[in-house]
Amino acid sequence: MKRLGLIASVLASLHLLVLLAGFVAPYDPVEQTRTLPFAPPAHLHFVDSRGQFHLRPFVYALVPDSENFESYVEDTTQRFPVQFMVSGSAYNVLPGLESRLHLFGVHAPARVSLLGTDGLGRDVLSRLLHGGRMSIGAGLIATLCALLVGMGLGTLAGFFGGRVDAAVMRLADLFMAVPWLYLLFAVRAALPLHLDTRATFLLLVAVLGIVGWARPARMIRGIVLSARERTFVTAARGFGARAPYLLKRHIVPQTLGVVLTQAGLLVPQYILAEVTLSFLGLGVGEPTPSWGAMLGSLQQYSVLTSYWWMFTPAIALVAVAISYYALTSMVHERMRLAAS
Amino acid sequence: MRLIGSALLVALLSGLSVNAAAPSAIAAGEEVLVERATSGTPGGRLVVALRAEPRTLNPAAAADAPSREVIGRMSGDLIHIDRATQSTESALASQWKRSTDGREYTLSLRKGIRFSDGHAFDADDVVFTFRVLLDERTGAPQRDLLIVGGQPIRVTKIDEYTVKVALSQPYAAAERLFDSIAILPQHLLNDAYEKGAMGQIWSVATPATSIAGLGPYRLKEYVAGQRLVLERNPYYWKIDSTKRRLPYIDELVFLFTGNEDAQVIRFQSGDSDVLSRASADNFAVLARDQAAQRYQLKDLGPSLEYNFLFFNQNDLSGKTLPQVAMKQQWFGDLGFRRAVSRAIDREGIARLVYRGRAVPLWGNVSPGNRLWINTALPRLPRSVSEARAILTSSGFSWRPDGQLLDRQGRPVSFTIVTSSTSAQRTEMATLIQADLKELGMDVQVVPLEFRALVDRVFQSFDYDASILGLGGGDADPNGEMNVWLSTGSNHLWRLGQQKPATPWEAEVDRLMQKQLVTLDYRERKQLFDRVQTIVAEQLPFIFLAAPHILVGARADIGNFQPSVLDHYTLWNVERMFFRPELRTRR
Repeated sequence: MKRLGLIASVLASLHLLVLLAGFVAPYDPVEQTRTLPFAPPAHLHFVDSRGQFHLRPFVYALVPDSENFESYVEDTTQRFPVQFMVSGSAYNVLPGLESRLHLFGVHAPARVSLLGTDGLGRDVLSRLLHGGRMSIGAGLIATLCALLVGMGLGTLAGFFGGRVDAAVMRLADLFMAVPWLYLLFAVRAALPLHLDTRATFLLLVAVLGIVGWARPARMIRGIVLSARERTFVTAARGFGARAPYLLKRHIVPQTLGVVLTQAGLLVPQYILAEVTLSFLGLGVGEPTPSWGAMLGSLQQYSVLTSYWWMFTPAIALVAVAISYYALTSMVHERMRLAAS
Repeated sequence: MRLIGSALLVALLSGLSVNAAAPSAIAAGEEVLVERATSGTPGGRLVVALRAEPRTLNPAAAADAPSREVIGRMSGDLIHIDRATQSTESALASQWKRSTDGREYTLSLRKGIRFSDGHAFDADDVVFTFRVLLDERTGAPQRDLLIVGGQPIRVTKIDEYTVKVALSQPYAAAERLFDSIAILPQHLLNDAYEKGAMGQIWSVATPATSIAGLGPYRLKEYVAGQRLVLERNPYYWKIDSTKRRLPYIDELVFLFTGNEDAQVIRFQSGDSDVLSRASADNFAVLARDQAAQRYQLKDLGPSLEYNFLFFNQNDLSGKTLPQVAMKQQWFGDLGFRRAVSRAIDREGIARLVYRGRAVPLWGNVSPGNRLWINTALPRLPRSVSEARAILTSSGFSWRPDGQLLDRQGRPVSFTIVTSSTSAQRTEMATLIQADLKELGMDVQVVPLEFRALVDRVFQSFDYDASILGLGGGDADPNGEMNVWLSTGSNHLWRLGQQKPATPWEAEVDRLMQKQLVTLDYRERKQLFDRVQTIVAEQLPFIFLAAPHILVGARADIGNFQPSVLDHYTLWNVERMFFRPELRTRR
């Protein structure tokens, strides 16, 4: 029980971090600092160049090494203490509600890039947090689409049986056989270029989710099929209960367990799908960050071999996926116990 | 598995001895070319990784870079452009003479030299070659180059070792036309030509004995999907200062890899010996890894390639593209293009996209082309305030949220399409996107698969703006004719013009045609300078940067003299050799 709480709170805090990206991230994710491409993660110092200890951590400004392009040296002439609750670039807390408050930052010209910068000098931590919004958001939206359609059609098939069942299940077979990646290529190619890339992306994600309805629908159909033969359902039917009442009162609640576990499995799967899409250039498009787009730069041999901090989206991805899977298996276990 | 595979390959390729044919003795009366300042040690095997498998070994059909890379080593031309000096030098023609009216060239051919199969070479082969290339049935990519003033050049035999080339009009630097035009063996190809089968000859799988050329190497073996091996041509017509027949290196092995990264990895691991044109990123990786000193890296400075942003100004009257047509009101506005140009951070592009290994550009000629660049062109630095002032005077205004509006109050928003396989051009587009955001322009970057991009730019015209690169051929302005002539096939911003759409395009047409028939370098330079000025003022292309040529070779290769002209590293392969004193390192 304790572990379930722990996992749930880890997952909740991951989502909260991403949700509050504007506040937690020190910089605007699309802001380019053109003097600092591929700057390594900032070193937080407590002891300055003269050996003096400071309680408040500080950073030094990075200056490009004049002899060796792409490597940097710290300018130790001035300390820049890390400040909390600082004013920085504007972001939207909610649509229409703007704020400039950031959790932490340092005074210019120094920059505190805890996870370094990318090839255009953009802060990787800020991109990671904002990119999480896009990636996890994509996962949630696609899951929602898949489950809504799956639940609807699965319940319909299971409850009414017969021809409806046969038709829906054949349709499900068809959808399972669709090579979704090629479908998405086709959808992207058919869309006009001038559409906003973010809107296109959300559309693709929705398509992805809708195409994915078949698997949850099959599972839900099975549950509904067995639920409708239960004695209490037959009894209710005998008392004259109609289909909508039966579904609402007795049958759909039975499917909740499956829906929850399916959701837990689908979210990380769809986050991965976003990464795949962006990796192949079908993603949100520059400059909007997403984990897939960030990992896309690793296709270049030079980035792959030179800058470890460019892998951080993969770490975030693994952390989120593991948390989801762990939570799912625990919920599943608990439901099984409760059922027996 | 992979590791073992590559280890085996290395073992295979660095086999102890190479059985190449011994160079034949120099015959009496054989008019060989003496490379004076050259000496070296014979032997060894040079391995080069190609990005893709060559499609053909037929010089009259090859259009892809890997094929030309291989064919270039197997064939000889009449007059050659020395890649080091960028000027012409004698090759199969020992000397040539231009008539006073500039319409006739008389070429004297080298006597007594032989094709790589031992068959003698003479004027018949030259006449045959040009007949084949100019025949429309052949479909040779070189054909367009050999048409001067709308008429094909005429090549006639005077005697066994003399040919006459007649042009319909004087043609500047006509001798440069002959560079890289491979002379074909009539004795092997006459039958195929008579049957109209020139398109099908000499595939990579053709037996080595049925292929011959006048280059330093000849075909030895081809292993599909893996490698192509050339061996020294025992009859090659160049000798060194010690009267040794070139080339020095016995075998040239071309490995097929998939892409540039794979090419670089092969070079880094020592599987290949020479690397032509690395990207700046990969160059940096290699430079960091150079501690072992197994290879030498060279930054040759700016290439002749220019990258540019351009807007779709095509005539869309026959098409239904209302979105693009609406935006063309901006694209056709010089003030709009000037503002975009002023807002772009070219230094930033050179620094970030090319890691500092590129030069910012304001014109179509790169500083790598010392003979032809117009150094008087203004190099306007980035200025957002200037750009805003230009937009204001062109009738643009801004919404309170900073979005730029045109005269009709429509928000200015457009898409830049780039090739998804070129990380550099997509990065450039992302930088430009951020630059133009400061002007209130809403720019989207859409990377497309290269063929889809080419289709939009050349066929459907369904795009707003794009970033592409051109150049990399000869340094001479004639190579640029198809870009700047209003009828040219690479007149990208407005293709397929019947007559010049603007007065300045008419003026450029006139200047380019005039430089073509002007024989004096200084006069031609003045004309081409004027073209550069007009283009820089009218900005059909907004020039961005010229990347440096970055190459590498094993440390023990002698006479490695890479050039900014194609082929960058192997152009003098016949003179390259392995330094025995450094050889043990490997």
